[in-house]
Amino acid sequence: MTVRTTTGAASGTGAADGFALSHLDALESEAVHIFREVAGEFENPVILFSGGKDSILMLHLALKAFTPAPVPFSLLHVDTGHNFPEVLAYRDRVVAQHRLRLHIASVQDYIDRGALKERPDGTRNPLQIIPLTEKIQSEKFDAVFGGGRRDEEKARAKERVFSLRDEFSQWDPRRQRPELWNLYNGRHAPGEHVRVFPLSNWTELDVWQYIAREQIDLPQIYFAHEREVFARNGMWLTAGDWGGPKDGEHVEKRQVRYRTVGDMSCTGAVDSDADTIEKVITEIAASRLTERGATRADDKLSEAAMEDRKREGYF
Amino acid sequence: MTIGTLRFATAGSVDDGKSTLVGRLLHDSKSVLADQLEAVERASQTRGQEGPDLALLTDGLRAEREQGITIDVAYRYFATPKRRFILADTPGHVQYTRNMVTGASTAELAIILVDARNGVVEQTRRHAAIAALLRVPHVVLAVNKMDLVGYEEKEFRRITEDFARYAGELGLASFTPIPVSALAGDNVVERSERTDWYDGPALLEFLETVPVGAEAADAPARFPVQYVLRHEGVRYYAGQLASGALRVGDRVTVHPSGETSTVTGIDVLGREAETAFAPQSLTVRLGDQLDVSRGDMITAGTDVPVLTQEVRAAVCHLADRPLRVGDRVLLRHTTRTVRARVAGLDGAAELTANDLGRVVLRTAEPVAIDAYGAVRRTGSFLLIDPSDGSTLTAGMAEV
Repeated sequence: MTVRTTTGAASGTGAADGFALSHLDALESEAVHIFREVAGEFENPVILFSGGKDSILMLHLALKAFTPAPVPFSLLHVDTGHNFPEVLAYRDRVVAQHRLRLHIASVQDYIDRGALKERPDGTRNPLQIIPLTEKIQSEKFDAVFGGGRRDEEKARAKERVFSLRDEFSQWDPRRQRPELWNLYNGRHAPGEHVRVFPLSNWTELDVWQYIAREQIDLPQIYFAHEREVFARNGMWLTAGDWGGPKDGEHVEKRQVRYRTVGDMSCTGAVDSDADTIEKVITEIAASRLTERGATRADDKLSEAAMEDRKREGYF
Repeated sequence: MTIGTLRFATAGSVDDGKSTLVGRLLHDSKSVLADQLEAVERASQTRGQEGPDLALLTDGLRAEREQGITIDVAYRYFATPKRRFILADTPGHVQYTRNMVTGASTAELAIILVDARNGVVEQTRRHAAIAALLRVPHVVLAVNKMDLVGYEEKEFRRITEDFARYAGELGLASFTPIPVSALAGDNVVERSERTDWYDGPALLEFLETVPVGAEAADAPARFPVQYVLRHEGVRYYAGQLASGALRVGDRVTVHPSGETSTVTGIDVLGREAETAFAPQSLTVRLGDQLDVSRGDMITAGTDVPVLTQEVRAAVCHLADRPLRVGDRVLLRHTTRTVRARVAGLDGAAELTANDLGRVVLRTAEPVAIDAYGAVRRTGSFLLIDPSDGSTLTAGMAEV
């Protein structure tokens, strides 16, 4: 049997031929299938949208899954109050362009009300959990799409595509359902919801290659640019009102880019001159550090840091 | 250049060195990055181990690390210049049969690991049975710990012949035996000089070259409808082809109604196409105004699924709650969920977690189902507990 790879526009062939999808086409098809399953099985789904590349990719795939009709989901941004301005501008542009409905859960509001306390280290990532879970409860979202990938971290390697959460959004590894073939079981009791990860099987390189292939527009901070940064915990952080630089830390101008986009207080930049997608892909392919290890301070806290935070309802 | 993906699963008994083998594959194929290795070295030192314990690369949850076992399926990703790999790493303990069934359900290849000192044991036979039951197209018998039997060819031969006898009885069409030492690295990524009597490929070489993923053009066309899109008065039936191909102009039948129509248009994610094939996601337009909705199946050609309210199947029971004759369940098949009752369990009083058995189901409505042996995606189903929604059983229809 001759195997021919194709990108979808296959021509008819005789019965002796076979078809095979390229790995990106297979990932795309699988993600679209997951979006459509949720549309068919749930009442009120929402896509977590941070303006980071994984959530941008999710939205792109959702748009494809329902074209020519509109996406039947709204967006939810958990705003830590420490966002990169470029990313917020991007978010608002996308929402307007596709006429989507955007919900915002604001960490700053909780702090202003005294419902949450600022941490001494100034990082707000762990503070996202309560605003997120309360918004899920108040809006009665029954499916919440997240951009999590199984290649990111060891605890995530065991995550399901459909991940059941109780009313506190807690993830119990022992309560997760076996997931077989492409049959996703989304049944849940009132008050419970399902976190859905359509990018489960993508790697960082897959994400970038697909973004390049589809020519998806990203916030500029993903590409090399001059920026005022200071060093903390072995990372370059952006100076800002959120709490840096502190005594003994000094600001310098460097050519950097971000590999992930999160809260400014714990998302570090890397030295880079990759100012195009092609250069970024080359850099990642040659990189000797995984995405989170290089840029996320909060994952280094303990061997089981991610597992603990997942249990609490973080992604 | 486009490259394909191999999805594969591993199975082995506790202490066969499976985590070490997977760690070795990741490590020697340079898929382990510096910070991951650093974390493993730190954790190994904390435990007072000498070198880095490669098993720690894959043992994810704290509870497992503390117990030194793996308790759930973990998915791992690595790539070589030739291929991308998605590995379902399944624990080998006998009570975790369901994990191997889960991992094997999406796998095109299974690696069954044996300890060269112990040879084929009860669990090896169970792993082989699962690979056969789930119709995993390729099986590798990895005879591990060859370093502990002096790299002796006769030990390898004995185990291979022993396994071949069971494989034949189970209906495994073929398997590929490879002598390895995960700890020392023999024949995992590179061929070893210490097994000069072996002239086959190293494990990774085999994984890179085994033929996978091609949808035969003559496979029966199966299109379960997931969702109906409406735009400017036109209906688009959205779904993923489970098998075969669809072409514009094809005469199609909608199940279970039996109504027929013609494909007037195919769109592959916003791009018009003349043909689509599994596993592409697409939308289909039909020439007639039919009442088609989620849960229906569109097929083309004369090879059609069986329409029945009595489903016979091989099953693996997954849940801690047993399955008994008379139980009311939900049958989840493709995009359709119907109420059903367990009419028989092939003489068994009940099935408990990790049991492999056979079931007869009566369904409240007809389902259009294939034999699992003919079409994996339209012959597979789940049984769900209607009271709490938990997944009870995985089924492979015999129709």
